[in-house]
Amino acid sequence: MQKTGKAAKKVTVSIDGRPVTVPEGTTILEAARQAGVKIPTLCHHTDLKPRATCRLCVVEVKGQRRFQTACNTPVADGSEILTNSKAIREARKTILELLLADHPQDCLKCVRNQNCELQKLANEYQIREVAFERSEKDLPLENTNPSIVRDMNKCVKCGRCVEVCQEVQQVAAINTANRSVDFGVSTAYGESLADSPCVYCGQCIAVCPVGALTEKDDTARVWEALDNPELHVVVQTAPAVRVALGEEFGWAPGTISTGKMVAALRRLGFAKVFDTNFTADLTIIEEGNELLQRIKEGGVLPMITSCSPGWINYIEKFYPELLPHVSTCKSPQQMFGALAKTYYPEKAGIPAEKIFVVSIMPCTAKKYECTRPEMQSSGYQDVDVVLTTRELARMIKQAGIDVEALSEEEYDAPLGISTGAAVIFGASGGVMEAALRTVYEVVTGQELKDVDFKEVRGLTGIKEATVDLAGTKVKIAVANGLANAKVLLEKIKAGQCAYHFIEIMCCPGGCIGGGGQPLGTTVAIKEKRLEATYDIDRGLKLRKSHENPAVKTLYEEFLEKPLGHKSHELLHTVYSKRKY
Amino acid sequence: MSKVMPLISKNCGQIRPTSVEDYVKAGGYAALKKALGMKPLEIIEEIKKARLMGRGGAGYPAGAKWQQMYEIEHTPKYIVCNADEGEPGTFKDKLLLEQDPLKVIEGMTIAGYVFNSHDGYIYIRGEYAAIQKLFQEAIDNAVQAGYLGDNILGSKYSFHLHVMTGAGAYVCGENSAMLNSIEGKAGRPRVKPPHLAEVGLFQKPTLVNNVESFANVPVILDIGAEKYLSIGTAESGGTKLVCLSGHVAKPGVYEVPFGVTLRDIIFDEEIGGGMSGHRKLKFYHLGGQSGPCGFLPQLDTEYCYKALRANGLSVGSGAVVVLDESVCVIDYLKCVTEFFIHESCGKCTPCREGNKQLYLILDKFSQGTATQDDYRQLERLSNLLAKVSFCGLGQAAATALNTCLKNLRAEFDAHLSGQCPAGVCFTNQETESGE
Repeated sequence: MQKTGKAAKKVTVSIDGRPVTVPEGTTILEAARQAGVKIPTLCHHTDLKPRATCRLCVVEVKGQRRFQTACNTPVADGSEILTNSKAIREARKTILELLLADHPQDCLKCVRNQNCELQKLANEYQIREVAFERSEKDLPLENTNPSIVRDMNKCVKCGRCVEVCQEVQQVAAINTANRSVDFGVSTAYGESLADSPCVYCGQCIAVCPVGALTEKDDTARVWEALDNPELHVVVQTAPAVRVALGEEFGWAPGTISTGKMVAALRRLGFAKVFDTNFTADLTIIEEGNELLQRIKEGGVLPMITSCSPGWINYIEKFYPELLPHVSTCKSPQQMFGALAKTYYPEKAGIPAEKIFVVSIMPCTAKKYECTRPEMQSSGYQDVDVVLTTRELARMIKQAGIDVEALSEEEYDAPLGISTGAAVIFGASGGVMEAALRTVYEVVTGQELKDVDFKEVRGLTGIKEATVDLAGTKVKIAVANGLANAKVLLEKIKAGQCAYHFIEIMCCPGGCIGGGGQPLGTTVAIKEKRLEATYDIDRGLKLRKSHENPAVKTLYEEFLEKPLGHKSHELLHTVYSKRKY
Repeated sequence: MSKVMPLISKNCGQIRPTSVEDYVKAGGYAALKKALGMKPLEIIEEIKKARLMGRGGAGYPAGAKWQQMYEIEHTPKYIVCNADEGEPGTFKDKLLLEQDPLKVIEGMTIAGYVFNSHDGYIYIRGEYAAIQKLFQEAIDNAVQAGYLGDNILGSKYSFHLHVMTGAGAYVCGENSAMLNSIEGKAGRPRVKPPHLAEVGLFQKPTLVNNVESFANVPVILDIGAEKYLSIGTAESGGTKLVCLSGHVAKPGVYEVPFGVTLRDIIFDEEIGGGMSGHRKLKFYHLGGQSGPCGFLPQLDTEYCYKALRANGLSVGSGAVVVLDESVCVIDYLKCVTEFFIHESCGKCTPCREGNKQLYLILDKFSQGTATQDDYRQLERLSNLLAKVSFCGLGQAAATALNTCLKNLRAEFDAHLSGQCPAGVCFTNQETESGE
């Protein structure tokens, strides 16, 4: 474990014959990295605790009879470490062969082909033959829920998904089960995810090194719709997709790919390329007014945001008694779906039944959200298919679109017009900041000069602030990651929560760290995506949702007023306790 | 001179096991009284001087373990007794728990005093259900008589003992897995560091010792470290409970001073009494399934930590399984490996996958389908298990295999050409061809 706090003492060790000086408590893995040596790992993940179970990272430490795992062993001053001796290479090869003997050999057909940590290691160690007898487990594939597919035949038992589910999210839908050759990851009593506490956040997928956990691939349904000349297929893109999609094409994390993404979506054949940011702005108007109404009329406070479907699944399953705290606003994706099949057909003169709505989301829970029976207020399923950032990238690659060569293009009007307040929805604290920008001006009637509420930004799990709205002190809190959400919910339950407004995002970091984002996400990569998000916001002229001209028109032409009759019908929803 | 020496087992069979009255009459609790008048460090010094090696299997010096524990500043500290005696062929803790539980309780109470602990736990394997009840009765009697519980013997020191039950997992004999099990978690070993002395039971500093180790503590304080050390060898103080089983005339638990020979243990009239049948000794398995096998040339090795280690052997749990010529080494090793496959917790790759593959290769030997290359694979796997496994279970799983490969290679070779010298393998084929 890393020792923190005290000014760390420095120690000097020899790694493969070269001296390295690092703070005391540094792991061998980290010390080697600083010495320019990459020790292979499989169960280890930079953002999680070391588990030391795959044993691939073993090294020789002079004087130690057994090999030491680099991921969890702190360096000892003066120790001599060999990371690439004959014995170590042989041990790692043996481990890889053992894993491969127990692993399906269908890499070509696997969704993780060329993006698989096991495959990469097998290649690095040149495993051309496996000396051990192969075992086929033939476990059933679980693909009965709308979000997550589990193929435990491919599981390498690294335990990352378990740690994420148990500790980062504290949902505990899955845990390690059984022992010896039957050891693996399971829900309680092996039930399906649908019957488990799973909230479909997909954080397990985000950390899975192999193809054992994947999103439910819906690209075929989208191709089919695009190929159908009868359908008018429109697409909306979530705020967090544009700052992450580029990673799928090898661009540096934090590259803003909005214009190229829009161009690529047009090449794919979408009739209109719209933006979820439009309804993010709309959400602020509805939710901001709901908050003000609750404050004015003595409604249930604190009010909690409702954009994140994983979070909604969580509160419905774990804290149903607190549901009155949740804003009745639908998520921006679902507001979009409802309008795309009511307002948009009217305006475009296309019958609603011919409109097919596709969402590009950083999220696997959105796939479940769009199938909820409450989400049919247009008379149809409001959003037809949700694709993750990863699935979109797959479609673009399949279509042979050279994104590099594309010129940047703009979103279509009117459902593609948005402000900076909407783009920051992708970051933890963004909904709160966007709401404050609007609520401030509504309440005070004055112009908000400095729109940056920096105290709610960043990856910190729980952020708190007090905002002065012309004398009324509004207390706010922002939580990302369900373990942090739980802390706030327990406070509310205990009556120790004096907040007015709370933003909760299911995934750590918010949607930029969503379960549908490009694989290999780490804290460092999330920070890049955050930077890009705020860069986009800073570069826009309109940065307050209530200044969005298309939203103003929408109210004038269609909705009439915030929280009005039509809003209630199309933009608001109800929640209910869910058993598991 | 007699080769057996009842020292820590002297009360066994002589007194009513749960009777404090009987125990005290037999000299019990004198050590605790003495201890309460000593400084903790003086007690640790005495344990160190006695050269008491932990009796759980690893043979770590108990005094050093206590010293490390003493130096840790965090409180509370917990005392845990590992009574998950799961090593096959091992039943010596059973003898103490069943016939002299108060000695174990006294040892734990003294340890509690040394570390100013107020709670101790004894984790007794699930299969010893009757003993758990009996042990609880001994605890209750000790509390009633003032030797345990609040204000022990009128002092300011209070110590409470809790009986915890295992549920059948061998891996819970691994100390960190055991602590997880006590906490109600799945019994799988923990990542170390941190070590249990720092972050043990309920995340607090914890001393874990074996039943026999704790039973030695009152004996050492009673007779003094000097006398205790004079009983064993220069490096290993005192006596050892040895569990004899297999093809031996007189199986059972025997207490012998360190320094008798393996030949004494198996053949001495007072101990094993020789082979149980007419067949000759082929090999013996020391310290449980996780231990090494010994062979005829090693029979005159002194039974003590140092001499055994020098000869590639070890004390381990104290088990001595005696095997005659009717045993096929391949068949025997398949049984050993099956045991580890069954008992592996499964979290680390070498142990989960390695034991499985080890078994498959041994099976090829017993089917006559093994080739020279399989020796290489056996070597790869046994190296991996020993050097790379997460915990002691996997690290020891191929110990028997290694020693057998070294000493009975001819028997392995014979299997390559379809011959089983013991006549155990290939019996099906023979019947078929005979028909």
